[in-house]
Amino acid sequence: MTGPQIIFLAAAAVTLIAAIMVVTVPRLVHAGLWLILSLAGIAVLFIMLDNGFLAVVQVAIYIDAIAILIILAMMLTRAAMSDTEPQINRMWLASAFASLIIMAGLLWIVSQAPAASRGPLVDAEVGLDALGRALVDVDGFILPFEIASVLLVAALVGAILVAMTPARGD
Amino acid sequence: MSDPFTTIDQFIKNLLIGLGLEAEVTEVALNIVGAVVLGLLVGATAIILIWAERKLVARIQDRLGPNRVGPYGILQTIADGLKLVTKEVLIPQGADRYVFIMAPLIVVTGVIGIWAVMPLAPGLIGSDINVGLLYVIAVGAIGTLGIMMAGMSSNNKYALLGAFRTVAQMLSYTVPMILALLIPVMLAGSMGMSTIVEAQGSAWFIVLAPLAAIIFFISSIAEVGRAPFDLLEAESEIVAGFHIEYSGIAFGMFFVGEFIHAFTIAALFSVIFLGGWQGPAVESFPLLGLFYFILKTWFMYFVVIWVRSTLPRIRIDQINAFNWKFMTPLALVVFMVTAILDKLAVEAGFNRAAVLLAANAIIVLGTLFLLRAYATSQRRRLEVTERPQVQRSEAASD
Amino acid sequence: MVPLSWFLILGAALFAVGLFGVLARRNAIAILMGIELMLNAVNLNLLAFWRYLWSDSLTGVVFVIVVLAVAAAEVAVGLALIISIYRRRSTIVAEEINLLKW
Repeated sequence: MTGPQIIFLAAAAVTLIAAIMVVTVPRLVHAGLWLILSLAGIAVLFIMLDNGFLAVVQVAIYIDAIAILIILAMMLTRAAMSDTEPQINRMWLASAFASLIIMAGLLWIVSQAPAASRGPLVDAEVGLDALGRALVDVDGFILPFEIASVLLVAALVGAILVAMTPARGD
Repeated sequence: MSDPFTTIDQFIKNLLIGLGLEAEVTEVALNIVGAVVLGLLVGATAIILIWAERKLVARIQDRLGPNRVGPYGILQTIADGLKLVTKEVLIPQGADRYVFIMAPLIVVTGVIGIWAVMPLAPGLIGSDINVGLLYVIAVGAIGTLGIMMAGMSSNNKYALLGAFRTVAQMLSYTVPMILALLIPVMLAGSMGMSTIVEAQGSAWFIVLAPLAAIIFFISSIAEVGRAPFDLLEAESEIVAGFHIEYSGIAFGMFFVGEFIHAFTIAALFSVIFLGGWQGPAVESFPLLGLFYFILKTWFMYFVVIWVRSTLPRIRIDQINAFNWKFMTPLALVVFMVTAILDKLAVEAGFNRAAVLLAANAIIVLGTLFLLRAYATSQRRRLEVTERPQVQRSEAASD
Repeated sequence: MVPLSWFLILGAALFAVGLFGVLARRNAIAILMGIELMLNAVNLNLLAFWRYLWSDSLTGVVFVIVVLAVAAAEVAVGLALIISIYRRRSTIVAEEINLLKW
């Protein structure tokens, strides 16, 4: 077993165990902290895929912004649901079954894929310059880039509108 | 003359390989040793930092400061540290044990992690990744997580209030900070920290982008949570904020973490805007670079202490209004103007520094004009509503 | 060398775990966390395919960036909705938000 394989297995184990804890632990705040560990594991895997840029972006966006916002929302709504009442619904067995079927299907597709046993391509250091240019290039990815920008603006406006305190007197 | 740090690195590597170690193992081992040494050095700096800060604040407030333990009280921090270590770490009843213990560790880790990409001297940098500045933002914000964990695991309402304030303040001040940091990235054409320093050979970025420097300085002080932005531990309102339940070494870690964080933003400011290790004769003597870097960092740290001990604490609504109504729009304007003018000026062959300085001056004048108009209208409104009271008090004095 | 299939298997497992969280959890915020896990599984697969099969073009990286933007937008709107529901009906249990299910 080589060095990268050991690192991959460790990171994958941490990611997967943390993800399972996210969906099973009864205390919601702990689930949020496990989510952070899982996201950090994904960031390590991104580094293994030779994309340090996306790994750092993953930490900056997911851990610093999304996970912290989720935990903040948990603390704001703490009174609504105590940690002692059941956290999973009556259909959890069916849900687990459905998830297992989906996973089995995905694994079957992976086993059928001809490229599954391939090793990585030789040189793949992503040039940040090239990425930046491609995002605003008319022949490149300007359409997804602009759509993402519009989506973010819409989300910004929508979030403010939805969460705004209702005006007094109506 | 070749660079001394590479020489030392090569020497140790060759020595270890000569002792019969494999090349790859040596590489990994040296990296680990380097990380430990850097982390310990930064941690040890805190001893001097705390002493210097207490002494300086005391002098500014016309006191003497620590002067009993050792010459000029320089051993006071060590005495305090020993006291903290020997005290028991109390875990309050109903607290979330593991989260409670992890919180100070995460705060300190997040701060020391920034030093991994800090260019200390030419060729002396922990890891010269090409997304260094993004890494600084990403790792620096992990401290917020630690503070929030401390607040929610303490089972104390003041700690929770402190954590809420922290998250509100830190998340919002990240926005102008990132916008301000984009300007040096744009000017240097890279996010790598050593490239940013090298790009400041002719002109420091504080000359090219003074407004961005000021925005970064203010928002990073808010990010550290120092006066005038120290609402997260406002003693008069929420006792001590998030670390109210901590004692012993756990409290000591929060304390040290805060001082190192302040020192780190001083170092970041000197790297990004004051040219880092750039200075006279640095090409021929790379060791001078380390000296310049430390000098600039201590100067910025002095400014941080100066601000802290001079300005009063501001209210939470003022903090958010200041950020969202003033800093963020200003940062956006500066960012867009710099982006357009930098491109146009370089293409038209103008002097880059002159154009950018003029643009910054115009933005400052415009901002001051707008603020004055706003203040005048506010004052008029207040005068209209307050006039009857004024007349009544005059009548009473008669 | 780590073969591509390892990444794909991890992605499939992570996706299934996230799906279970979405289907079985009662708390709306926990459901949101399940969605985050699923998005991360997708990101992992996209990046693995990019690295192993198409690393000469930037399509995979751009896709990941778009997914990150979608995730940020989704969390902002989702949490705003949850907090709004909490304010009006003081519950965040997904089964109890059933006003439209008469």
